[in-house]
Amino acid sequence: MANQKSKIKALEKCPTGIGGLDEITNGGLPKGRPTLICGSAGCGKTLLAMEFIVRGITEYNEPGIFMAFEENADELAVNVASLGMNVKELVRQKKMAVDYVHIERSEVEETGEYDLEGLFVRLGSMIDGIGAKRVVLDSVEALFAGLPNEAILRAELRRLFRWLKTKGVTAIITGEKGEMTLTRHGLEEYVSDCVIFLDNRVINQVATRRLRIIKYRGSQHGTNEYPTLIDETGLSVLPISALGLIYPVSNARISTGIPRLDTMFGGKGYFRGTSVFISGTAGSGKSSVAAAFADSACSREEKCLYLSFEESPEQILRNMNSIGINLSKWTKKDLLRFRSVRPTLYGLETHLVSIHKLVDDFKPRVVVVDPITNLNAIGETDEIKAMMTRLIDFLKNNQITTIFTSLTGGGAASEQSEVGISSLMDTWLLLRNIETDGERNRLLYILKSRGMAHSNQVREFILSDNGIQLRNVYVGSGMVLTGSARLVQEAKDRSMELSDSQSSQRKQLELRQQQLAIDAQIASLKAQTEAINTEMKLIADNNRRKEAMIIQQKKEMSRLRNPD
Amino acid sequence: MQTVKSKHRTKKTTAVKKEWELRLYVAGLTPRAATALDNLKKICEEHVPGQYHIEVIDLLKHPQLVGGDQIIAVPTLVRKFPVPVRKIIGDLSNKERVLVGLDLRQRT
Repeated sequence: MANQKSKIKALEKCPTGIGGLDEITNGGLPKGRPTLICGSAGCGKTLLAMEFIVRGITEYNEPGIFMAFEENADELAVNVASLGMNVKELVRQKKMAVDYVHIERSEVEETGEYDLEGLFVRLGSMIDGIGAKRVVLDSVEALFAGLPNEAILRAELRRLFRWLKTKGVTAIITGEKGEMTLTRHGLEEYVSDCVIFLDNRVINQVATRRLRIIKYRGSQHGTNEYPTLIDETGLSVLPISALGLIYPVSNARISTGIPRLDTMFGGKGYFRGTSVFISGTAGSGKSSVAAAFADSACSREEKCLYLSFEESPEQILRNMNSIGINLSKWTKKDLLRFRSVRPTLYGLETHLVSIHKLVDDFKPRVVVVDPITNLNAIGETDEIKAMMTRLIDFLKNNQITTIFTSLTGGGAASEQSEVGISSLMDTWLLLRNIETDGERNRLLYILKSRGMAHSNQVREFILSDNGIQLRNVYVGSGMVLTGSARLVQEAKDRSMELSDSQSSQRKQLELRQQQLAIDAQIASLKAQTEAINTEMKLIADNNRRKEAMIIQQKKEMSRLRNPD
Repeated sequence: MQTVKSKHRTKKTTAVKKEWELRLYVAGLTPRAATALDNLKKICEEHVPGQYHIEVIDLLKHPQLVGGDQIIAVPTLVRKFPVPVRKIIGDLSNKERVLVGLDLRQRT
């Protein structure tokens, strides 16, 4: 029962077809009810309203009426033609009706009681004429300028909005922002089902469009201010802050594009879908590391989007060519796309939105943002951090590996990212210039890399004609040396080693000779003892023989002396 | 298309040789419409007797005519001739304003 009840009560939605707006409104505007779109001049009210009608026809086959109070039908058609909407064609197909209601106060004399039945009749006949489901009144407040009697006008507007409800059309009423109120003439009093506020704020000379749903009766909706973008396809809203920490993770690894650097990451490179941060001082080779990564991605047939905030595509291509990275072949194959814009072109949010659009459109596996520090020009650190968080969340959700480069200013601590976003990064490569003996050399090391074993070694980073090379730095004799100092020291070491080995060889020879001499002595002594031994044996033999002879003689003697 | 047709109509009706060509737009024969017509007739008889032609257009019957003269409020009186075109909205109960609106009296 409860379920049935909630089904009956659920508010029907009328999808606008405008990218993102249907998401934050959970399906669209309240069906069969009027919605107020308010905002100051130039914030895109008319465009949003027009898109609602045009997309209603082209995407949902719901005819619509655009009643304009400020521009005539031709002006409107021309204005939105640049956004790819062919109003005249839709009018010809009788799916759309555009009416220009014009009232000039100087032509009008007011005498006594009246009502706005004329407007009702006009609208009613158009609605019935094309079977309209959607109606836009842009902007009905113009009537306040044309008709002097505000009391009548207010009563009649109230009646108009009620009447629109009974007609069952989904209506958009636009209204100019007032001093203290949402609309100059307080239309929000009458149109209270759904109120959407558009804003075009200028901060640091950069304008950012935003959209916020102030109220939406009977429906859940996103409550934040959402950045919006007007481009050649019309208006789009991006519910980017709606993303969270729920992105998928991958164990796959992708090459950094520099073999020795892969080795430093356990031989495999970065994790896919992570954010890689390369920070360093000016000229330390950040872009080159990023370009090497882009190059390797393209050579794996993966699409790469290169967002440059300070160099033109041509310049990047030329510069990278000089270090043996040929990116132009990838741009020709459309594996690599550049987008070079100055950060000051528009606000942070708009940058974010346009990156979103690009990514959705191009579907890259790899994105390079070079460098993010230039965004400092258009936002405070907090704002940049918020933007980066959303950008990283978005990219991670899409399993896109991203390289951000960041310029560390001279004097600033190198282990501190300029925009305070290091904690958002999974891998952080630090590039440093060190100046010794009248030359600057580049060093690279891995400051952190989440979830993988990585080298703790500092490597010398060399940009050569054949690409990027990493060398071991000289760490002998209690010194760390790079560049030519390393070369000198290495040569010195080699010569030292050489002379060392020569002298030891000599020594060995000497000892050998000594050994031989001793051996000879031993041999001669042995011969002497040998001789002594034989001598001694001879003497002993003689002695024995003598004794035997003596005994013999004694026997002989006694025999002779004792003959008896 | 419909507005073009109505323009043709306009030309035909102006062919009637009357110095004052007036058109009163109403939406249904409401009391207010009747009041407006009465007031208009009175004023015309008083100021331009015999030189006027009043055409009453009921928008409920001819809604397509609403765009031609940019009618928003009813009743609306449109002075088609003499030019310039004048529009007077309301039930014409304020005679002074009507005369000003029809250029029969100087604005004060």
